[in-house]
Amino acid sequence: MSDRLLDTTYDIATPEGVELRLPVAGFAPRCLAWMIDALIKYTCLLVASIVANIMGDFGMGLMLLAAFFLLWLYNVIFEVMFNGATPGKKVLSLRVMNVDGTPVGWSGSIIRNLIRFIDVLPGAYLFGMLSITLTKRMQRLGDLAGDTLVVYQPKQPARGKLNTVSPTPLTLPMSPDEQKALVSFGERAALLNQDRANELARIIAPLTNDASTDTLRSHAAWIVGRRDDE
Amino acid sequence: MKQEVFESRHRDEWYVFEQWLKSLSGSKITDRPKTDEPFPVLYRKICHHLALARTRQYSAALQERLHHLALEGHQYLYKNRNSMFLSFARFFVRDFPAAMRRHGRYLFWSCLAFFGVGFVTAWVVQVKPEFIYMLMDPTQVASMESMYEPGNEAIGRERGSDSDVMMFGYYIYNNISIGFRTFAGGLVFGIGSLFFLVFNGLVIGGIASHLTAAGMSSTFWPFVSGHSSFELIAIVIFGAVGLAIGRQMIAPGRKTRWGAVADQARDSLPLIYGGITMLLIAAFVEAFWSSTTWPPNSMKYTVGISLWVLHILYFTLLGRHESRKRHG
Repeated sequence: MSDRLLDTTYDIATPEGVELRLPVAGFAPRCLAWMIDALIKYTCLLVASIVANIMGDFGMGLMLLAAFFLLWLYNVIFEVMFNGATPGKKVLSLRVMNVDGTPVGWSGSIIRNLIRFIDVLPGAYLFGMLSITLTKRMQRLGDLAGDTLVVYQPKQPARGKLNTVSPTPLTLPMSPDEQKALVSFGERAALLNQDRANELARIIAPLTNDASTDTLRSHAAWIVGRRDDE
Repeated sequence: MKQEVFESRHRDEWYVFEQWLKSLSGSKITDRPKTDEPFPVLYRKICHHLALARTRQYSAALQERLHHLALEGHQYLYKNRNSMFLSFARFFVRDFPAAMRRHGRYLFWSCLAFFGVGFVTAWVVQVKPEFIYMLMDPTQVASMESMYEPGNEAIGRERGSDSDVMMFGYYIYNNISIGFRTFAGGLVFGIGSLFFLVFNGLVIGGIASHLTAAGMSSTFWPFVSGHSSFELIAIVIFGAVGLAIGRQMIAPGRKTRWGAVADQARDSLPLIYGGITMLLIAAFVEAFWSSTTWPPNSMKYTVGISLWVLHILYFTLLGRHESRKRHG
């Protein structure tokens, strides 16, 4: 796999002998997630301070406790108990993981959130931003110290079926890569709208005179081994 | 083998695994999978299928689906699960004191930077009282003095318990912030930690000495005696962790710089947990015991000194076996 295209995935080798590919997340989505979290935190603080005002000194104490928990524990608790995602990360479908691909634990999460104090320096998360930009796995300093990373939460991929078309043998020889591309298109076409599928299908027109979506899909069905025998 | 055949042959196993993952993540599933195979066996199968799908160049969508299953399976199989309570007990009886022993060298320097500077400052202020004004501006000194004025209303009067809670909140916030700053300052080659240690030593030593000289020892010392052991030792601990991390930044040895820092942070983690616990206790004691005025001063001193002795006993008696095992 040395000729893979340039990508931001990070591969981890598992004991089972397969590589798991983690799509690490860059600065922009994490920044957005942070903003959402900040919005939630400060809204909570605002509500707490209103309640505190009504309750006097006792309320002030509660308010400071709330501030402490929100500032220091909010991220840790969400990251450990809710699958590595604070509400903001959840919205952006991000997730914190250990670098070995296991769910982040208390220690990793506490370290990465402690070091946040340094990442913020000298202002506007400059250190964190530099660190994310310069490291291969896009880790901020807290991630480096805690051995964690932020990845896109892999979604259960949707997949189109090829069983609506009748398989037809290929009319011209194709390399394995080309066949793979054809199959991928065939499976994806069912999920696209008709116009977009046709537009993609036209790319192959210089090679074959029948480049309609359905023809290509029936070729794809043939390649994956579907036969009309029953 | 053609993709179609491969898929139809293993579809059921994938489905079973998928359902299993769903039930593990806590979502309700309609039909519970019936299988005799344990989870790890099924997981290894999925990994095998993923590897096959990749080498046989099956379609991207199929590879992606298997990859998704393998990744989720990996998450569950290799998740770290420990009993919360047991690890709690183990931590305070063994891990925390043992970690203190491992960090003996850094604790020594941290102690020197904090208590050493503190005592020297205290001595200097005794000899040259005006030195305190080089550390703090006069308004700060005045506000400190008014806090511990023997004839002071606030200290002579029982505070309502609601203001105790308020102070508890404030102390937690304040203490932990100081502690964390001292620790995280280690990432600047340890200079930050050293700075905060020396700075706190200067201020705390200076104030204590100044207030004593100003004749407020009867209010100041009883107030601080109760929580002093927890708070001061915790600051030293955080400082030591910061220094340890700084030392790894300066001389990572045969590791990469960040690798060394990460390893050190992991190794020092018990100290951070322990330090946080101590600061929480300090805040609690400070808010609910130190501020009370009904106990006689002798009682407050007794409690304060006993807590110091208990701390010393705790750190000297526990964790010996574990730390010897590590080094031996």
